[in-house]
Amino acid sequence: MIEGKTTDKDLPNTVSNLDLVTPDRTYLDSNELIINMGPQHPATHGVLRVILKLDGEKVLGTECVIGYLHRGVEKIAENRTYTMFNPYVDRMDYVAAVSNGLGYCQAVEKLLAVEAPPRANYIRVILTELNRIASHQLWLGTHALDIGAMTPLFYTFRDREEILKIFEKYCGARLTTHAFRIGGLQYETYAGFEKDVQNFVNFVRPKIDEYEELLTGNRIWIERTRNVGVISAKDAIALGVTGPVLRASGVKWDIRRAQPYANYAHFDFEIPTGENGDTYDRYIVRMSEMRQSLRIIEQAIAGIPEGPITAKVPKVIKPAVGEIYHSIEAPKGELGYFIVSDGSTQPYRVRVRPPSFVNLQALDIMVRGMLVADVVAVIGTLDIVLGEVDR
Amino acid sequence: MVEKYKRHYGSGLDAETYLGQNYFAVDRSLIPDFLKLLRHDEQFDYCVDITAVHYPKREKQFDVVWILYSFERNERIRVKTQIGDGESVASAVPIWTTANWLEREVYDMFGIKFDGHPDMKRILLPDGWQGFPLRKDYDILRQDKEWVQINLGIESGQ
Repeated sequence: MIEGKTTDKDLPNTVSNLDLVTPDRTYLDSNELIINMGPQHPATHGVLRVILKLDGEKVLGTECVIGYLHRGVEKIAENRTYTMFNPYVDRMDYVAAVSNGLGYCQAVEKLLAVEAPPRANYIRVILTELNRIASHQLWLGTHALDIGAMTPLFYTFRDREEILKIFEKYCGARLTTHAFRIGGLQYETYAGFEKDVQNFVNFVRPKIDEYEELLTGNRIWIERTRNVGVISAKDAIALGVTGPVLRASGVKWDIRRAQPYANYAHFDFEIPTGENGDTYDRYIVRMSEMRQSLRIIEQAIAGIPEGPITAKVPKVIKPAVGEIYHSIEAPKGELGYFIVSDGSTQPYRVRVRPPSFVNLQALDIMVRGMLVADVVAVIGTLDIVLGEVDR
Repeated sequence: MVEKYKRHYGSGLDAETYLGQNYFAVDRSLIPDFLKLLRHDEQFDYCVDITAVHYPKREKQFDVVWILYSFERNERIRVKTQIGDGESVASAVPIWTTANWLEREVYDMFGIKFDGHPDMKRILLPDGWQGFPLRKDYDILRQDKEWVQINLGIESGQ
């Protein structure tokens, strides 16, 4: 059924109202070619299908075909209670499950007008920031592999393992952790948690330098990423792009700072930004973000207060009639939950504002006029997770 | 800001706050005009999300919701409008480019059409899909039969 689309003569220009520089026509106009990339392709990071309109090696336009991993998460939510839906959110951005859970739990807490106790917030911050590092490590490994650097993949996966071990020791799961509950946490930290986390911080800090040694000054890496997939701040804002991609275009905006949640307001950290909005800048921004996350984690483990780990939340969660929007800074950008309650035990509507989905929309403008090989680099640099794009 | 627009639009606009979050309930006919004002005069330059909610028992069955953010003011706001089944609403693509996929998803899930959208078609579901899944009257069991059993040839997903 979807196959019919490949014959489309003119792919729709999805961002036609932006000032696009149309690539120069060559002598070989007759060689316009439409090819499929994906859905089964190692560089699309999942089941993403991109229809490319090419003039030789040059990309004239793209269209993304998505939805191969659509599981109807928002419909599932309407048929489950608030508590039952909690584990499902982990399955969206499955490489940053902790962030998904944090956003959802906090949105429901906001709807109930309760707040997690300070101790829970500290532990939440530690786990979320660990997850941010894990997500960025996975991004770096696969992104570098796409471009042709194989070694970083082994380095990052080796080190990411240590984070997953901490998750496993804390809650028993490595990926889809279901670490948080509405109102706080289910599990108290295990004996030696702080020490494990501190050991990890000490262990990984020089490792990040090691990744940078491999890539930052590497001539091949620079050639493949500088001025590739450039997006200006104006276009990025118009396209609703968030997270490291927006910051690499020079917009200093991070929800942890702009509208602090959990207890991010208490921590000292910087918001790294780029200037050119190209693939190289996005790489630098994410590398700095990992170091900033380490800073936050160190401050958090030094200050974990004693006290309860759950707020007083009724066993049966029945928020009053109303609606709420809450968003957090997930590793990929703004992850928002819009929840409508009709006063029953099941949410009337849960809308997830997925950062990957919205960021992916920028692919078209970023690759126009570039080469096919750059499409691979740009998909990598957008850091999408198809589980979240399709939900 | 609220007072200004209330005076300007009269009964077509209502401003409310719930749990500290502000939203405007706006008449459908005012939508393109009002969104443009928010974008250009009030610097709501980032369209966070567009979505809808289905209330089958109401006469006007759908709420369409725009969630906006202003970098300048560091403020979030929601705009809501009610529309009936089969009615369409003006597209926000000329105002925020990001509305393109967001509106397509609303169409995909609710069957609400946006006037002036450059490419109004399904986005997540296959083109041949029947019905709009996030409507309250959409039957999961029917989907199980027609899509999972007949189309995919899998015994049952339920």
